[in-house]
Amino acid sequence: MSTPIIETHDLKQVYGTGDAAVHALDGVSITVERGEFVAIMGPSGSGKSTLMNILGCLARPTSGTYYLDGEDVSGLDRRQLAAIRNRKLGFIFQAYNLLPRTSAVRNVILPLIYDRTKHLSMQEMEARAREMLTLVGLEDRLDHQPHELSGGQQQRVAIARALVNDPVLIIADEPTGNLDSKSSLEIMNLLKTLHERGRTIVMVTHDEETAAYAERIIHLRDGKVERIVHNEKTKARVAA
Amino acid sequence: MKWREILRVAAEAIWKNSVRSVLTMLGVIIGVAAVIVMVAVSAGTEATIQEEITSLGTNLLFVQSSFARGGLGSNPNQGLVFDDAIAIAEQVKGVAGVVVEQNATANVKANGTTLENITILGTTPDFPSVRDIEVAEGRYFNQLELDRKQKVVVLGSSLAEELFGDANPVGEVITVGNVKMTVIGVLAPKGLVGEVDYDARLYMPITVVFQKFTPSNLAKLRGDRVRLIYVEVAPDADPEEVITQIELLLAKRHDVSLDSADFTITTQQDIIATQEATTAAFRSLLAWVAGVSLIVGGIGIMNIMLVSVTERTREIGIRQAIGAMPEDIQMQFLVEALLLSTAGGIIGIALGVGGAYIFGSISDMRTVIVPESIALAFGSAAVVGAFFGYYPATKAAQLDPIEALRYE
Ligand SMILES: Nc1ncnc2c1ncn2[C@@H]1O[C@H](COP(=O)(O)OP(=O)(O)OP(=O)(O)O)[C@@H](O)[C@H]1O
Ligand SMILES: [Mg+2]
Repeated sequence: MSTPIIETHDLKQVYGTGDAAVHALDGVSITVERGEFVAIMGPSGSGKSTLMNILGCLARPTSGTYYLDGEDVSGLDRRQLAAIRNRKLGFIFQAYNLLPRTSAVRNVILPLIYDRTKHLSMQEMEARAREMLTLVGLEDRLDHQPHELSGGQQQRVAIARALVNDPVLIIADEPTGNLDSKSSLEIMNLLKTLHERGRTIVMVTHDEETAAYAERIIHLRDGKVERIVHNEKTKARVAA
Repeated sequence: MKWREILRVAAEAIWKNSVRSVLTMLGVIIGVAAVIVMVAVSAGTEATIQEEITSLGTNLLFVQSSFARGGLGSNPNQGLVFDDAIAIAEQVKGVAGVVVEQNATANVKANGTTLENITILGTTPDFPSVRDIEVAEGRYFNQLELDRKQKVVVLGSSLAEELFGDANPVGEVITVGNVKMTVIGVLAPKGLVGEVDYDARLYMPITVVFQKFTPSNLAKLRGDRVRLIYVEVAPDADPEEVITQIELLLAKRHDVSLDSADFTITTQQDIIATQEATTAAFRSLLAWVAGVSLIVGGIGIMNIMLVSVTERTREIGIRQAIGAMPEDIQMQFLVEALLLSTAGGIIGIALGVGGAYIFGSISDMRTVIVPESIALAFGSAAVVGAFFGYYPATKAAQLDPIEALRYE
């Protein structure tokens, strides 16, 4: 088998010191294989967001190691982490986090603009952004600004943005948390399609129905992995 | 990151808050405009003074009374007197002409009209040649008339016209103060030189002015005091040599040593140098005014950039999450600050140039746009933007992405 996309050993994240110290993560060791779709669940305060921040290279763990796509990223500095996020990761947030008053194409282009390795021309970037927006079904909303789009459409722009740099891992923190059930269904079907095309996705969710799209569900409690549930139905569906 | 993109984002940020942006630029706009107007005024003044000096005629020496101790009048034996001028004219070699002036004012009556407070200039016969003024009608007075204190006047051109219209005044008798005098000539128009209107005055032998208009008891002891003697050096003479001769002559006449002389001799070069020193002082004052207004403008920019960084915290977080390097964020805000300040600079330059032009055409003051001042103003605006934009930009770059993303 090829190297896992995610491999963590004994990740710990401690906020504060002494008696006031909060062990947001208390020894998390997980592995996510290439092409997997993993959901992370757990009660509020169990450390889901903390773990996602580390997996998303937005924060460094207090201790423990994290191999992303075979590379140890737990000791990298701010700039190196920024470069990793730019080249290897795609983010989908609960609140969409698009730039306001900026067209869909301009939003999707963003990761390419900060890419120091590809040296694409503006035309090439725009073409790629349009391609991604077409993929998520927004080919007729290219020049719309976020406030001119529905929540579901905004989240699809965010997904296009997460895909534009062809990441090895998509990090989604409650991607349907702000959406109604119809839009949620659309977004989850989109993520499912991406998964079926080989994308590796790690998603936090509170919702059982949403979690059912994943092959595996990692349950966190008090900063520890409580249990891991394999979703046979999803697996079978992917295999079929 | 692409420069075009950085510029586009910065320009959009400024454009989206256009009112706020213009208010922010105001400090820089005013500073830059003020600098350009003031430099233009000072350059215009300098040019005017330069012309004034040149119009005095070339190769002029200025012999002035200087009172080392006590001040004017404290010692009746100090200071220049009219006879000194005569002595210089008669005894110093290489002198083309000597002019002494004594001002007075009086009412002038002629032909049924009375003009009040007309400036009288008592001079010597060399005046027209030393000052490059032509006589249009009749003639200027001569040495004999000066020596005999004859009551003859020469009119400035506009004064002649006010009193006599188109008629030829030569030979007419006018009343100056309460002295009846005969008009012997009219000067050609000379116009305004600096503040002085040569055409609105009347000219007469200085001896007559001393006697009738500015009588002095001290004059009975040593002769009439004069403030300033103009000496025109002959074209083939060495000015340094003429100066030495005058110094020796006057020292002997006043019975003083050269170290404690009661007079000073300056050349036109000295006056130009003094003028330049004054202008330099004015310039450094301007530099302070400019500096202060630009710093105030810069603080305004820093202030608004800090507001902008706070407002766009979430945007910064998004950009960081997506892979922007700290220097990308820093550059973004630095460019925005620079764009604000240089746009302010350009608006200020436009207003300043326009203002200087309008100011020059509606007021007596002359303005000369100095190209260097435009370059300097623009450069300073840019430096201010970079300097005061640095802190907010660095602050933006150091934001923690997680905190920034969580910011509402
Ligand atoms: N910056 C921080 N400083 C101090 N404590 C923190 C910080 N971030 C998180 N924590 C604490 O760490 C623990 C885990 O927080 P985390 O946000 O990871 O929980 P979560 O599982 O995402 O919860 P939720 O479902 O409510 O989003 C909580 O007790 C929280 O209070
Ligand atoms: Mg959370």
